[in-house]
Amino acid sequence: MTLNVFLQNLSNGISLGFLFALIAIGYSMVYGILNLINFAHGDIFMMATFFAYYAITFFSLPWGLAFFVAIFLTILLGVSVDRFAYRPLRNSPRISCLCSAIGMSFLLENFAIVVFGGRPKAFFRPEIFTKMHIISGVRIHSVSIITPVIAILALLVLTYIIHHTKVGLAMRAISRDFDTANLMGININKTISFTFAIGSGLAAIGAILWALRYPQIYPYMGIFPGWRAFAAAIMGGIGSIRGATLGGFLVGVLSIMIVVFLPALAGYKDAFIFIGVIIVLLFKPKGLFGEE
Amino acid sequence: MKKKNLYFLLNISIIMLIIIFIIIANKKFDSYVIRILNLCAIYIILGVSLNLINGFTGQFSLGHAGFMAIGAYVSALLYMSPELKEENFFITPLIWPLSVIQIPFVFSLIIAGLVSAGVGFLVGVPCLRLKGDYLAIVTFGFSEIIRVIFNNLQNVTNGPIGLKGLPIYTNLWWSFGIAILTVLVVKNLINSSYGRALKSIRENETAAEAMGVNLFFHKSLAFAIGAFFAGLGGALLGSFIMTVDPNIFSFLLTFQLIVIVIVGGLGSITGTVISAIIITVLMEILRSVEAPMNIFGLHVPGIPGMRMLVFAILLMTVVLFFKKGLMGKKEWSWDGLLKKYFPDNER
Amino acid sequence: MSVLKTDNITMQFGGLTAVSNFIIEVKEGELVGLIGPNGAGKTTIFNMLTGTYKPNKGKIYFYDKEINGKGIDRITSLGIARTFQNIRLFSDLSVLDNVKVGAHVHIKSSVWKTIARWPSYLYEEENIHERAISLLKVVHLENLKNDLAGSLPYGEQRRLEIARALATSPKLLLLDEPAAGMNPQESKDLMEFIIEIQNRFKLTIILIEHDMKVVMGICKRIIVLDYGITIAEGNPIQIQNNPEVIKAYLGVEATYA
Repeated sequence: MTLNVFLQNLSNGISLGFLFALIAIGYSMVYGILNLINFAHGDIFMMATFFAYYAITFFSLPWGLAFFVAIFLTILLGVSVDRFAYRPLRNSPRISCLCSAIGMSFLLENFAIVVFGGRPKAFFRPEIFTKMHIISGVRIHSVSIITPVIAILALLVLTYIIHHTKVGLAMRAISRDFDTANLMGININKTISFTFAIGSGLAAIGAILWALRYPQIYPYMGIFPGWRAFAAAIMGGIGSIRGATLGGFLVGVLSIMIVVFLPALAGYKDAFIFIGVIIVLLFKPKGLFGEE
Repeated sequence: MKKKNLYFLLNISIIMLIIIFIIIANKKFDSYVIRILNLCAIYIILGVSLNLINGFTGQFSLGHAGFMAIGAYVSALLYMSPELKEENFFITPLIWPLSVIQIPFVFSLIIAGLVSAGVGFLVGVPCLRLKGDYLAIVTFGFSEIIRVIFNNLQNVTNGPIGLKGLPIYTNLWWSFGIAILTVLVVKNLINSSYGRALKSIRENETAAEAMGVNLFFHKSLAFAIGAFFAGLGGALLGSFIMTVDPNIFSFLLTFQLIVIVIVGGLGSITGTVISAIIITVLMEILRSVEAPMNIFGLHVPGIPGMRMLVFAILLMTVVLFFKKGLMGKKEWSWDGLLKKYFPDNER
Repeated sequence: MSVLKTDNITMQFGGLTAVSNFIIEVKEGELVGLIGPNGAGKTTIFNMLTGTYKPNKGKIYFYDKEINGKGIDRITSLGIARTFQNIRLFSDLSVLDNVKVGAHVHIKSSVWKTIARWPSYLYEEENIHERAISLLKVVHLENLKNDLAGSLPYGEQRRLEIARALATSPKLLLLDEPAAGMNPQESKDLMEFIIEIQNRFKLTIILIEHDMKVVMGICKRIIVLDYGITIAEGNPIQIQNNPEVIKAYLGVEATYA
């Protein structure tokens, strides 16, 4: 294991970590505000890639525009999922919401199979995203550089929204105390929709970055990153954005490192993720880093 | 005659009818129909056992596929002949003593059920303090961990290839017999003091505990018995499709069971039985939609994924509009029937 | 031998001391009132007695047997039952089933015998049924026995809760604000009811209550709590005239009124 190889893997892990963080934030925010695990989040991530794909291939949009359209459509999708599958069940027992989320997840996956077809499609990769850069002997993919940049930008914007706008204040209030926030005149439904919008938007950004790095898209592609990101959200402390980010890193770097350093256990990768989640849920339910 | 004796006779008659039905079916029915009947019975076993944990005790477990996998593997590894094992384990040989053991199907079933029950108990223990979403996640996690382990233990489970060419022991006698057993055991448990204790946990755990209901014992009970029958169901399924591999026991399978239980009603055995039959039949009908068809000489291509899409829509519809499912928490009972047609009888 | 004895029990949550050095001794057949302003720690004491909380300091003795730290269900099986401040019934179960759940703690049949419908189990089940019906008769709810508990009006839900607690065959009954939300007539009925069940079932009762008519009417002994500390103990007359008590409830000026 040379230093170069190690650094290469590390940079992979970090950039992967950012991707997981972008997706994990969506899980965390929705859970923080609704106490609901949005099982369909990973599938919304998947839909984003298909939106971009068809925008480019079917509607012949230039890729920059296509990406923005995809993000916009994904936000619409995320908000609609809440509007039609979760909002009617606000006052129902928790199990109903859980079933609705699981059902929504399967619905999106199989809708994609029926409409888009189950075979993987090749995602369009613009030139600039395919270059390899060599920085002091370490080969780094351009996507690995762009991902952290865009992710950090997105996180900064998010932090600004959360802490310096009225909507952000509303979101924080609802997370703290749903009933009081309601009584204080905060428009719950609008705020929740906004939360889904942000979560879906970040997932869409993550999805496009993901597809640029792994250009095979298919209906079940959201499952793997979805569960990883979900594990990240749990381990970082669900409900906390900072936790989701840190968790994302943890999971991203660990995913790569386990394969590199313990190749014999690579087959058990998925199991480790779940063992991690179970351990955290049982012993430190507020996450490894505590609650925000 | 006394009501109790009347009901007993009625129940025996139903069982007699089923026995006669099976005899006729085995003689006269098309093998395709028999296949569907077997699947219906297996899904009844799986649905009722899941409902015990999720519906009656209120512990929303997503781990049922894991218990089924254990039952399927344990039984298969016990009833397979050493020759069949050698054929299957061509990459890595099966460990001793499993490589030389072969026991009759019935004993392999019992052991499979017991091992599943043991694992069910172990899964239930950490879940004691968890509620709602977290419980679902942890049970799902266990199920996935089991699947991953089975996918990797080449020398025990043959890894991703799985076990193939299994002898078909599952027939209408076994599947219906165990289905009846499952329904009887769960029904007798639910309609008893222990059953009331389980339901009280579902309704209000704090109050249940304050009234003296030991949460640990009762939750473990639900998990263990639920897992026992899931293990039997998994074993029957394995011998039915002649294959046991890790990918059969995925979340997709648990999802189908969840749909069955929700559609039937989370607190009703009758509902689950009816729902299992309807959904199994529906699955078969939809299977033909997925395969290409010839309609009046026109070749209509199949629509893959349609089956699960319909299922997902079905689940969403029930969850959003028919929250209580088919039967809610009501049961079909001799008592209820009597009240309907002979309302002057009172307990 | 006293039914209940506590020895300086203290309950702390983080930096806050909810109950401090609480001492009580209750003899068989007593009806003791526990009163005090909101937040004084009364329900916390109930929670310690029933095992919901484990006291940070001190010991609790039930018939001379140490019970602090024992599990909630274990303590119920030993003979302490309680009702809740906000009603916690099993809403989707029938009225009858609610009461029957209370009887489960003393069941002798094993799960096997139950599933197999063993004669000994059937006999037990019959007994549970008879007892539940008779308890419902005591609270005048036997006509509603097949109704869902959640569909009952408030006052009847309260009575059902008490019937359910009685089903556990308690020796010590802890009632947490049973008169909450009741009009004067209902409170008066409740007072008679509590005395009736105390005599009928030979109970020792501790009662948390804000309705002073009820407390002064039926409790022979009253303990007053404020900020987690016992500030007075005595019979109704003594308590009513105790300046510390008046100060706790009405503020300093009232003592000189």
